[in-house]
Amino acid sequence: MILQLEGVSKNFGGLRALSDVTFDLPEGQILGLIGPNGAGKTTLFNSISGVYTPTEGRVIFRGQDVTRNKPYEMAKLGMARTHQIVRPLNELTVRENVIAGSCFGREGHGLKAAGKIADEVLEFVGLAPRSDQLAGSLNVGQKKRLEMARALAARPYLLLLDEVLAGLNPSEIGHMVDIVRSIRDQGVTIIMIEHVMKAVMSVSDRLLVLDYGSQIAEGTPHDVANDPKVIEAYLGDPDLALRLMRDETRA
Amino acid sequence: MSSPNDTQLAATDTKTGLSAVLAQNAGSFVGLILPVAIILALTIWPTITGKDITRESIFTIMLSIALASSLNILLGYTGYVSFGHVVFFGLGGYVGFYLMAVQGWSLWLAMPMGGLAAGLLAFLLGKAILRLRGGYFALATIGVNEAMRAFINNFKPFGGPVGMTLNFQVYKDYGGAARALSLAFYILAALTLLIVIISYLVRTSKFGLGLLAIREDEDAAEVMGVVAPSAKTWAYVLSAILPGIIGVLFFFKNGSIEPVPAFRLNFSIEMIVMVMLGGQGTVLGPIIGGVGYQSLRGFLLTSPLFKNIQLAVAGALLLVIVLFVPAGLVGWLRNRFPALRRVLQ
Ligand SMILES: Nc1ncnc2c1ncn2[C@@H]1O[C@H](COP(=O)(O)OP(=O)(O)O)[C@@H](O)[C@H]1O
Ligand SMILES: [Mg+2]
Repeated sequence: MILQLEGVSKNFGGLRALSDVTFDLPEGQILGLIGPNGAGKTTLFNSISGVYTPTEGRVIFRGQDVTRNKPYEMAKLGMARTHQIVRPLNELTVRENVIAGSCFGREGHGLKAAGKIADEVLEFVGLAPRSDQLAGSLNVGQKKRLEMARALAARPYLLLLDEVLAGLNPSEIGHMVDIVRSIRDQGVTIIMIEHVMKAVMSVSDRLLVLDYGSQIAEGTPHDVANDPKVIEAYLGDPDLALRLMRDETRA
Repeated sequence: MSSPNDTQLAATDTKTGLSAVLAQNAGSFVGLILPVAIILALTIWPTITGKDITRESIFTIMLSIALASSLNILLGYTGYVSFGHVVFFGLGGYVGFYLMAVQGWSLWLAMPMGGLAAGLLAFLLGKAILRLRGGYFALATIGVNEAMRAFINNFKPFGGPVGMTLNFQVYKDYGGAARALSLAFYILAALTLLIVIISYLVRTSKFGLGLLAIREDEDAAEVMGVVAPSAKTWAYVLSAILPGIIGVLFFFKNGSIEPVPAFRLNFSIEMIVMVMLGGQGTVLGPIIGGVGYQSLRGFLLTSPLFKNIQLAVAGALLLVIVLFVPAGLVGWLRNRFPALRRVLQ
């Protein structure tokens, strides 16, 4: 198991954003993390990656208890993530952003080696022509790919993707899904938060559904899509529930 | 579109040759030419004109360049505004002066001790106040400066409010007062050159990239693996050492030291104006800012109208820069003319 969560909870004052989340993630899989807005998905990423310290429970990464680790410690151990709301280093170039990902990530390269990796990764996500542009000048779709490139340049064991498809047009979505698949094929384990149901259903090995901070279902995409509890959770948004069903049956 | 896998394999083979890497490095060294040329020109200028008065005004300009370049490591590269940076100049000056005036040490030994004291203070402060973000950090640095002045004011070994004076005989060891003045100028020139080179090396190093990442988004930088607490502390220490050394040199040349001139808050604000004017976050910026600001100040001092409000003018200038040209002169040029980026670092 690359990642194990044991009863992880996170409170913000009186709000219980995560409640007793427990799961094991085997190496090499893509785990899709879905749930309505405000369900606690991003909070779960923050609790795994050291941005927040869980109020209760334990996080175990590659056999090591990392519950109280700092974000930079998690990065060195081989965890990388993207942000739902993109956070480019605006005044640095695209290439410098990705070099930083490689320099300070798991392998801790020097500038030269990092430059090489950055060029490879930028080519891979299709941002090579924008290498010398300032990161702040990219559009949203490009910034999402930059987030991805920066995380990849760290050569992580586990990659956390927070809504990398949101706000992309259909052709960009297709491209990004291809990228995600081929990252997995290179042996990287992935947890992917996603609202684009069709995409997440087709790409995930397993799905985990959060609602009001609790894990209400877990299993294969097929099982989850037919789970009455899941459909109920999305009933606040009947449209979404319908889409979920329709997309799944088509997939 | 080809599959991502293919593109990646292709990239590994071709795109990242040695030549690309070399080209990158050759390009980056170009950035050091202009800063070094300016410092060297300033250094030989007094010899060319042969006037002591020129040397004195260039001493002030060099002092500005060195202090602004030091502050830039924290303010420009790391994004932390230190309003009380003069505390390092004052403390270093005091420690070195005490060693020279009371313990009879030579300038050569007193200077590193002043730098060490300043660096040590920054290290300890770093642990305590660099956790604060934005305006809170700036406020804390003012507090530190005021507290240090109050402490020195009551510290008997350093002479309390009266301060200390160097015996005129001391200058004999340096070939007399006139020679000592000239020596101080050349030491300052060497130190200024040193800090500019350090500034450049930081700017182009992995450590510097970490600082820039912190400046842009500290939380994102930590997620990427930048160990922000220690990187910030080292940036702070690095930005404090040279002001500490220069403080010793300045008060050696001055012949006396007192709490008020050693910890003058105005001086801190002027340093910030210089960095912002020239362009924070660039190697060249603080140099241009130092020359520019001191020229302006020289002009204001000779004009009876502005003589008493020079600080107000500095404040207004800072406001205008922050509002309209936040990147400063060098930053503005870099944005306007991307082709010049290699030269204007
Ligand atoms: N730093 C925080 N402080 C207080 N409340 C927070 C914080 N972060 C998230 N929350 C709350 O926790 C809940 C879950 O948020 P989030 O994890 O962002 O949901 P999701 O990513 O599933 O849309 C929301 O009610 C949100 O308002
Ligand atoms: Mg979210």
